[in-house]
Amino acid sequence: MASPPLHTSTDVLVIGAGGAGMYAAIEAARQGARVLLIDRSLIGRGGATVMAQMTVAVALGTQTPDHWSHHYTDTLTAGRGLCAEPLARLLCEEGADCIREMDAWGIGWARQDGRIVQAQAPGHDRPRCVYVDFLNTGPAVSKTLRTVVNRTAGIHKAGDVAVIDLVVVDGEVVGAAALHLVTGAAVTIAAKATVLATGGLTRLYRRNSASANMGGDGYALALRAGAALVDMEFVQFFPIGHLAPRLIGMDPIMWDPFRYKLGGRLLNGNNEEFTSRYGSDESGKYVLTRDLATYAIIKEVEAGRGSPHGGAYLSFEHCSAAALRDAFGPVIDRLAKNNIDLTRMPIEIAPIAHYHMGGIAADASMETSVPGLYAAGEAVGGANGANRLSGNAITEALVFGRRAGRSAAARAAGIATQPFRPDAARAALDLVATEGVGDGPNTAEMIAALQATMADDVGPLRDAARLRRAQTRIDELTAVLGDRPFGAPTAFDLRRLEWFDLRNMLLVARTVTATALAREESRGAHQREDFPETESAWRINQTVRWRDGKIALARNPATVEMAAQ
Amino acid sequence: MIEHAQLKIWRGIDRATGRWESYEVPFEPGQSVLDGLRWIRTQRDPSLAIRFSCINANACKECMIELDGKTVYACTVRLEPREMTLAPLSNKPLLRDLVTEIAPPAERFS
Repeated sequence: MASPPLHTSTDVLVIGAGGAGMYAAIEAARQGARVLLIDRSLIGRGGATVMAQMTVAVALGTQTPDHWSHHYTDTLTAGRGLCAEPLARLLCEEGADCIREMDAWGIGWARQDGRIVQAQAPGHDRPRCVYVDFLNTGPAVSKTLRTVVNRTAGIHKAGDVAVIDLVVVDGEVVGAAALHLVTGAAVTIAAKATVLATGGLTRLYRRNSASANMGGDGYALALRAGAALVDMEFVQFFPIGHLAPRLIGMDPIMWDPFRYKLGGRLLNGNNEEFTSRYGSDESGKYVLTRDLATYAIIKEVEAGRGSPHGGAYLSFEHCSAAALRDAFGPVIDRLAKNNIDLTRMPIEIAPIAHYHMGGIAADASMETSVPGLYAAGEAVGGANGANRLSGNAITEALVFGRRAGRSAAARAAGIATQPFRPDAARAALDLVATEGVGDGPNTAEMIAALQATMADDVGPLRDAARLRRAQTRIDELTAVLGDRPFGAPTAFDLRRLEWFDLRNMLLVARTVTATALAREESRGAHQREDFPETESAWRINQTVRWRDGKIALARNPATVEMAAQ
Repeated sequence: MIEHAQLKIWRGIDRATGRWESYEVPFEPGQSVLDGLRWIRTQRDPSLAIRFSCINANACKECMIELDGKTVYACTVRLEPREMTLAPLSNKPLLRDLVTEIAPPAERFS
């Protein structure tokens, strides 16, 4: 007989302590709610925000006159007709407010003559992207929010808590059941409102640019709780992820800001510029959008014109040492420690899983289709349609986080007694308490196998045969995983955690693969080699729900405003 | 000929009863110690407990361990073709193998 679970209660539960989760916690507490901010890793260290070395898009107009409506138009254009209009609009309209608040909190946006610098990034009609030098945007956002979280009364924090399932009573989310990694024990949390800020699903792919804790947990939790997911087929690959030589101590997406500043030539294995073959002539400027660049690089590799490690070259050899030092600052020294001298050699890059446009369907208050459940940040699907505009990820983390925190606090204020019931958590608690037989299969190897399948068969370029092969492999891995965890509940048992991770990852992989197979066209980040054209009949958002132990797909006409097309 | 790193790793859930286990890891120049630990988990022994999140970027600060008696981040220290001794932080409560309780007290579940 397992000991009774540890139990706690709160007004607002925020799951995931990256940028969106921390902003949600701050805002909910400011509105008077008691907040519990939990994370499966340490507070404010995991997720995608801390890894973002790039820029943040926002219509501040500090350098060039700007208005949120221009940012909105660019966002819709990048989204290839599929953006959820109310979410895209919220992102663009409230972005400036959040960026100014971060400025007041002392983040240190790069400035010139006292004004916040705004850089030009691909897909934007004018300079619009703020940043913190050098390669420090994400860490600075995380640090600033951590500092504010720590000084805000009413926020409790708990790391090493992995949510196993949301607890649902009468069709409403009333809290969560979790695994306390430190002890292996079960935990229940009663909450009047719950915010999922768990980020995306990049861990499903072999090469990815985010933290190892972003395996789509929140999508699986939302799905099993009855919420709808949307646009799951749209996975953004970042075209110039670092490939070789081995580079440690740096995020693989680090090269982008230097392309903004210095150009940087994209060359194939024969040292030829090649992007013009795919309809975009760079001519020294950086204008190529992510979906096109990814396509061009993969096609060059397929044609036998790849770099030695199977990507393309990125060369800064045309830049002087002084110009490089000016743009890269101390990063030059970190590169030198990795034996990389940019004046003398190109580096190799290749597309890398970076961001997920799809996610949990939510309205502009960030409420999902299940009462009591809210979503924030990358976990939310729809704002970015079929392809995300560069710079929108941190903006949405902040804007959606703030909005979700406010909405969750408002709901909690209207609920007198906790609707949580222990019996509603029983199935999840039974899983956590399972005394399994034997060690089971190698869970780390199973995760690697799933990542290989997703990268090879559900990557940027898709066709029906490969997607079906992926479905078969996902079925096989699901059968191996079984429905009970291996081993016994003990302190920091990674195999145990990986069993629960695979339970989520395989479910989410299934939703991505099924929606990708159903969408018989090419659009943005979803490129079908067997259906290469964009079809106007597919101006449709696909949704996924969990029904009778299976995923069920549905189609809704896109809500994007025609004027922007 | 393939070179190897010999990783001698402290294993256990309490300091009094722990043991050392050695693993031979294929060595490629440029790899990190964390690369070697992740190789062990997928290829040899998934029961090895390590703590990491960002893998590569020295952003999450979770992979602190002791290498040959010195505190390092496993993700930024290089794998070398020699015996390397890896132990949990000696000044933090032990959870399992190389994992210690590093969260500040105010950020623990209670």
